[in-house]
Amino acid sequence: MTQLALVIDLNVCVGCHACVTNCKEWNTSGPAGPLVDLNPYGKNPTGTFFNRVQTYEVGEFPNTETVHFPKSCLHCEEPPCVPVCPTGASYKRKEDGIVLVDYDKCIGCKYCSWACPYGAREFDEHQRVMKKCTLCVDRIYDTTLTDEERRPACVRACPTSARLFGDIHDPESEVSRAIRENGGYQLMPEWGTQPANHYLPRRKTQIRLREDELERADNPLKIDRQLPKPAQAEPALDDVTSW
Amino acid sequence: MHPAFSVIFLTTLIGAGQGLFLALFTVESYAAFGLLPAQASGFYAFGSLVALILLALGLFASFFHLGHPERAWRAATQWRTSWLSREVIALPAFMGAVSLYGLAHGFELNPVLASLPSGAPVHLTAVLGSLGTVLAFALFICTGMIYACLKFLREWHTPLTVINYILLGGASGFTLAAAFAAQQAPEVMPLLAGWALILTVLGFFSRSASLVRNARLKPKSTLQTAIGIKHPKIVQKSMGFMGGSFNTREFFHGKPRALLRMVKWFFLAAAFVLPLILLAAGLVQAAGGWLMLAFVVQYLGLLAERWFFFAQANHPQNLYYQSVA
Amino acid sequence: MTQHSVQEVKKTTCYMCACRCGIRVHLKDGEVRYIDGNPNHPLNKGVICAKGSSGIMKQYSPARLTRPLRRKSTAERGAGEFEPISWDEAFAILEERLGKIRATDPKKFALFTGRDQMQALTGLFARQFGTPNYAAHGGFCSVNMAAGLIYTIGGSFWEFGGPDLDRAKLFVMIGTAEDHHSNPLKIAISQFKRNGGRFVSINPVRTGYSAIADEWVPIRPGTDGAFLLAVIHEIIEKGLYDRDFLVRYTNAGQLVNCDEEDDEFGMFLRTEVPEEEACYDPQDKLWWDRKTNRPVVTHSEGADPCLLGEFEINGTKVKPAFQLLVERVKDYTPEWAEGVTGIPAATIRRLAYEMGVTARDQKIELPIAWTDAWGKEHETVTGNPVAFHAMRGLAAHSNGFQTIRALGILMSILGTIDRPGGFRHKVPFPRPIPPCARTPNHPNAVQPNKPLDGMALGWPADPDDLFVDEAGNPVRIDKGFSWEYPLSVHGLMHNVITNAWRGDPYRIDTLMIFMANMAWNSTMNAVEVRKMLNDKDENGEYKIPFIVVADAFQSEMTAFADLILPDTTYLERHDVMSLLDRPISEFDGPVDAVRIPVLPPLGECKPFQEVLIELASRLKLPAFVTKEGKRKYRDYPDFIVNYETEPGSGIGFLAGWRGKGGEKHLRGEPNPNQWEMYAKNDCVFHYELPKSYQYMRNWNQGYLEWSQRNRITRYAEPILIHIYSEVLMRFRQAARGKGFSRKPPAHLAKRVETFFDPLPFYYDPLEAQVTDRHKYPLAAVTQRPMAMYHSWDSQNAWLRQIHAHNVLYVNTHTARINGIEDGDWIWVESQWGKVKCIAKHSEAVEPGTVWTWNAIGKAAGAWNLAPDANESQLGFLLNHLISEELPSCERGSDRRVSNSDPITGQAAWYDVRVRIYKADEKVGAGETARTEPQFAPLKPYPGQPERKSIWNYFAGKNQ
Ligand SMILES: Nc1nc2c(c(=O)[nH]1)N[C@H]1C(S)=C(S)[C@@H](COP(=O)(O)OP(=O)(O)OC[C@H]3O[C@@H](n4cnc5c(=O)[nH]c(N)nc54)[C@H](O)[C@@H]3O)O[C@H]1N2
Ligand SMILES: Nc1nc2c(c(=O)[nH]1)N[C@H]1C(S)=C(S)[C@@H](COP(=O)(O)OP(=O)(O)OC[C@H]3O[C@@H](n4cnc5c(=O)[nH]c(N)nc54)[C@H](O)[C@@H]3O)O[C@H]1N2
Ligand code: SF4
Ligand code: SF4
Ligand code: SF4
Ligand code: SF4
Ligand code: SF4
Ligand SMILES: [Mo]
Repeated sequence: MTQLALVIDLNVCVGCHACVTNCKEWNTSGPAGPLVDLNPYGKNPTGTFFNRVQTYEVGEFPNTETVHFPKSCLHCEEPPCVPVCPTGASYKRKEDGIVLVDYDKCIGCKYCSWACPYGAREFDEHQRVMKKCTLCVDRIYDTTLTDEERRPACVRACPTSARLFGDIHDPESEVSRAIRENGGYQLMPEWGTQPANHYLPRRKTQIRLREDELERADNPLKIDRQLPKPAQAEPALDDVTSW
Repeated sequence: MHPAFSVIFLTTLIGAGQGLFLALFTVESYAAFGLLPAQASGFYAFGSLVALILLALGLFASFFHLGHPERAWRAATQWRTSWLSREVIALPAFMGAVSLYGLAHGFELNPVLASLPSGAPVHLTAVLGSLGTVLAFALFICTGMIYACLKFLREWHTPLTVINYILLGGASGFTLAAAFAAQQAPEVMPLLAGWALILTVLGFFSRSASLVRNARLKPKSTLQTAIGIKHPKIVQKSMGFMGGSFNTREFFHGKPRALLRMVKWFFLAAAFVLPLILLAAGLVQAAGGWLMLAFVVQYLGLLAERWFFFAQANHPQNLYYQSVA
Repeated sequence: MTQHSVQEVKKTTCYMCACRCGIRVHLKDGEVRYIDGNPNHPLNKGVICAKGSSGIMKQYSPARLTRPLRRKSTAERGAGEFEPISWDEAFAILEERLGKIRATDPKKFALFTGRDQMQALTGLFARQFGTPNYAAHGGFCSVNMAAGLIYTIGGSFWEFGGPDLDRAKLFVMIGTAEDHHSNPLKIAISQFKRNGGRFVSINPVRTGYSAIADEWVPIRPGTDGAFLLAVIHEIIEKGLYDRDFLVRYTNAGQLVNCDEEDDEFGMFLRTEVPEEEACYDPQDKLWWDRKTNRPVVTHSEGADPCLLGEFEINGTKVKPAFQLLVERVKDYTPEWAEGVTGIPAATIRRLAYEMGVTARDQKIELPIAWTDAWGKEHETVTGNPVAFHAMRGLAAHSNGFQTIRALGILMSILGTIDRPGGFRHKVPFPRPIPPCARTPNHPNAVQPNKPLDGMALGWPADPDDLFVDEAGNPVRIDKGFSWEYPLSVHGLMHNVITNAWRGDPYRIDTLMIFMANMAWNSTMNAVEVRKMLNDKDENGEYKIPFIVVADAFQSEMTAFADLILPDTTYLERHDVMSLLDRPISEFDGPVDAVRIPVLPPLGECKPFQEVLIELASRLKLPAFVTKEGKRKYRDYPDFIVNYETEPGSGIGFLAGWRGKGGEKHLRGEPNPNQWEMYAKNDCVFHYELPKSYQYMRNWNQGYLEWSQRNRITRYAEPILIHIYSEVLMRFRQAARGKGFSRKPPAHLAKRVETFFDPLPFYYDPLEAQVTDRHKYPLAAVTQRPMAMYHSWDSQNAWLRQIHAHNVLYVNTHTARINGIEDGDWIWVESQWGKVKCIAKHSEAVEPGTVWTWNAIGKAAGAWNLAPDANESQLGFLLNHLISEELPSCERGSDRRVSNSDPITGQAAWYDVRVRIYKADEKVGAGETARTEPQFAPLKPYPGQPERKSIWNYFAGKNQ
């Protein structure tokens, strides 16, 4: 069985928000749209987005890590948002594990959003239905697109390629390998939701220097800093003893 | 959670309606066994009408919660998995039972359908009433489970949620029934007022139990599990937007803690302590006015209780939405 | 599911920022459906950023200007009251006014341009007009970075070069938040990290790129010079420098006259060498040959110079430049630097060793044969894989030039210049040091009805190149190229308004501002400068009589215009990213690109390019008319195709598909179908140099000759790195009254002598020198947010949701000491002004620094935002705290100098010192939770689109 998902590499995400606005841009004029913006030019502008990038500070100065943290629907394998939906508008696709909302069925009761521990769903205040990341189903199966383009908009946009896309049930896929090799993890594992999206942690590269690396035969100072030569006339041991 | 007034009214109104119906049928059952003088059908019919009005008002309020009320019928389709869907079925079913019950009484269409081994006749209204009772409890359970089934809303995820819905709905319904009986059928008033007292006391204990429980809850989800970083000190600096979003509107009450505390004390007084006094006064003095006041005060108390029920529930998603910058 | 079948996809070049990525614009029924990165584009390779993805909301923004507007004659300037006029009227007004100025005193017309990338055209216009008063944003942006490195290694970061992260092993990023090379740098950093490279960021703040650094080194602002000099100290001390590189490719071994009595003190010793044709920097300096122990001409076959020591030639004491560097850094120990920078000495040492050892031990050898400028064949190209990148964290300080010189020298002693894994040039760099362009050096270069006799901007090589009069006074309104800021190679746009208002050095008539928000983001001292823009003289005339603003949006600046020219957006116009300008070249060769309109202009918007062509034709500027005075170019596209730098030169704005049939590149006759050919090729021309020309270009014979052949440079001589800067020494010499060149006026002699040190040195930023640091203990800086471009993007419905207002980030500890809790309203006060804003605690900022995102705060009503929008009510502008001038350091003088680097005139934005305190404590009751200062709200102008309250964008369904 296929389970499509995003794998987000926190080791390289710089928090640029490309995935945020490109997602909005792709989706607002597509089947998942329009994604409303309220008060777009006034006080407290607010709109529907499928993806947000947040920032956390970990630790205390000077040992601080700044972590940029993108989050969209995690397409849980045990999605609590689906069974609670009274209309069947929320569903998880058998064929690829994508969790979707059928806007035509949705009554906008918001119950599914209560059932999502991740805050991944956003109610569209204008269309009055529940919305969320679709994993860009309208791109990834669109055969008029090239292979390169048949990936989610946010994945293509991401300048650091911090967003990987693929089938986490296929052990050979890029995403499975990335999870395996980099300690990929799930969010809030305590609820058994089995999010399909995974995150890759920060890694640190260090250089270890050994003492001898600073004292080497090819040190140019041997050429440049000619050791001072004492003058011939200066006293030497020869003047006082003869062994 | 952000307390939505539609849901507050829905749950309190139908709770009172369910309680009222249960009170009516309690009277009929007692009477059937000769424990109480029989009442005129008008008593039941009018009582059912009041219950029905409460239920209908609740239903009406619930529509304000929906983005697309015109598609509300779809909500009945997922009864296999969704407590909300079940509620959506149980509520009209119950309303149907109440209507039939009221109609049977109202038109005095009450044939004997069978008799018990003891020889006591089983009237149509007894059957309808029993059905209504089952549906009332089913509805209580559905309503309660809508909240209790959400396991990461830990304040709600407890059998106490369902029990509270039953007891608080029952208490308010019986209080209303007692006030109503003081007018229409004074002889059954003491029984109803008595049950109202008992339910209010029980409700007080079970609601207090949930308050105590919730006060001791340790959050299972933390920023550490939310973003998957194991470090004791993590602070959110930006949630990614600044003018608010669905996530900041739906899951936060946005009120100061002090207000929450005030509301708690208010509802403990208004939903329990004051009604107990008023019920006792009404019972002793056989004064319908006190009883009516008891209902009004208790209902206001329950509105506050329900507001608090939502406000106190801390959704784990809030971990992700803490900081505007 | 077949979204694409109903669409049209057009390619062009993004301009949501100056990075200029290739994009594909998907249209549906004439509306923008989607903008994505062009996978075939060499710059962004298909990716796009937050801004680029929000182009739709820029296109349809209610802040757009759609009609030419004239200030109502009844309205005061600055009130934002306008009436629409036709383009004919607008041109007539300009033609008359500018025609008169040109016929009398062309310098009374000043043209200054902001964040544009079309300086080749605007510069040409100004020069043809005859005014010296032209510059672009460089002076307030990063001229220190350009000048500091170009005067040292002949190239720079910014658009001119960058770190080769493909091959680097260690990457040290200093003072960079986002930078111009946005997407490419992001692509490169993540690749670099994934390849196991080590990434160190030196920055007072940890955000953005620094967030993913393996090590964050917090530093006190303005002290990087101390850090870099200490690193150089350690590297030399431990012998970790690349001796071979220094010897052959830098002036480290050249002998400097160290005889203080001598007139030539501080200059290189020279000898007679056979004169070569067209020689810019003759190879006539001397080495002290180690083997023969006597002086020889540099690069003599078989010779090996002493880098250290002291020698005597004909009784003159001489030392190799490197010896002088060693003496210079002797006292710059890590322990000393710790006290200045706040970085522990042990960390400085360790970083120095990491750089040195990585450069030495992880050498890269590429099997690429090349020939050096002295004719020596090399079988391979060597790389020392330590790469640096630095930007405004270094540049935007008044000690930035010398700091950046230190960086250039560090990169050079590590042997990383134009080598794999180090710093790599991008065509048209490297260039001779300094590059050959010069400004005129005399006021009579400005003559009525004549083009300026020289370039408005250039690269002074000695005091005689300054643009001053006999008395040493500036000719330019911004005092660029004067003794106050001799190497102000990008001008000083940030002082134009103040100078013009004060009439110092003189009054001007018309100020034309293109794509710059000089009443807000790009001005220092914004509160006062806004008053100057409105100020009148005793006759009731505006001190700056006429202001023309060419903008696409209702910025704060447009309010002060007498005439507004509505520009198109980047999706509506033709445009070029030319080699004559700031191209988007790659390490492997030149790249230029174009914009081709994908949408018709909104309303009456007209590309500013067209405006210039039209004006130039009407004013009959020589380059734009035939000998008979007839208009030469139909429009801008026609100009781009047919303009040649000189008749028949074969060099024009675009390098691709030249020659009649498009068969030539770089040089060739005009090709009438050039635009079509760009259109067919993703709007970009990428010329890949042969591998052997891709490295060591300062000294690569093949490359230098190629560059000369294609007239990219005039000379094909080796460009030796200036460890020791004789250019700077010449100015110092003049200040000391030595030599034959011009001498500075007495009051500036000391200043020039102090700062024109031929070797980098550390000094406190000038503002700190005139500030009581106990009173103003904190440094305040800004950073670029990745999802916003300067002040442009608050009108963008999507981007402004990400940054609706800004707060001041304060280290938690610092805040607590000052009694400030997270989210408190505070006052931030400098010597020059104060603002009220919201404070936010942070663990990711050095305790002596406070910072905020740049230019998020807006004036109420500007950008057609509602007057109660978050930007103006909660957000704030740090510029109110920054002065455009400082008291000069001379005792007893009331002279003021620009708050700028004394060498380059680079605006010293990040020098400002502040203190902070809780708002309600000091100000008392009546305060509202609103930022201060506030300005009277602007109203929308005629012709602006309506401001929606619900925006349900769906392409193709919005009409
Ligand atoms: N998204 C976006 N991209 C942009 C722009 C934009 O507005 N938005 N603007 C463009 C323009 S015009 C420019 S000039 C470039 C500028 O690109 P950058 O130079 O990256 O821009 P700044 O934001 O000024 O970054 C300066 C960095 O230096 C740090 N800093 C400040 N003082 C010091 C110091 O003394 N020492 C050190 N080591 N660090 C210091 C700051 O914390 C900050 O991180 O960006 C360009 N790219
Ligand atoms: N405090 C502080 N101040 C700073 C800086 C800092 O770091 N800190 N950074 C400085 C730097 S490096 C820079 S480069 C300056 C930038 O400062 P400016 O050059 O003033 O940049 P913007 O504020 O973006 O203003 C540019 C103007 O261009 C307009 N514009 C946008 N697109 C178009 C177009 O297509 N056509 C036309 N005609 N106009 C257009 C915008 O509406 C805006 O009015 O700011 C400087 N100011
Ligand atoms: S992240 Fe939330 S909305 Fe998405 S599948 Fe999981 S529970 Fe459902
Ligand atoms: S809001 Fe829509 S999708 Fe969510 S539970 Fe209700 S009907 Fe289902
Ligand atoms: S997969 Fe598509 S819908 Fe989901 S966040 Fe990415 S762009 Fe948005
Ligand atoms: S686009 Fe990539 S780097 Fe930028 S915020 Fe999203 S995941 Fe991070
Ligand atoms: S980096 Fe600049 S040019 Fe490139 S896509 Fe983003 S805004 Fe456009
Ligand atoms: Mo800039």
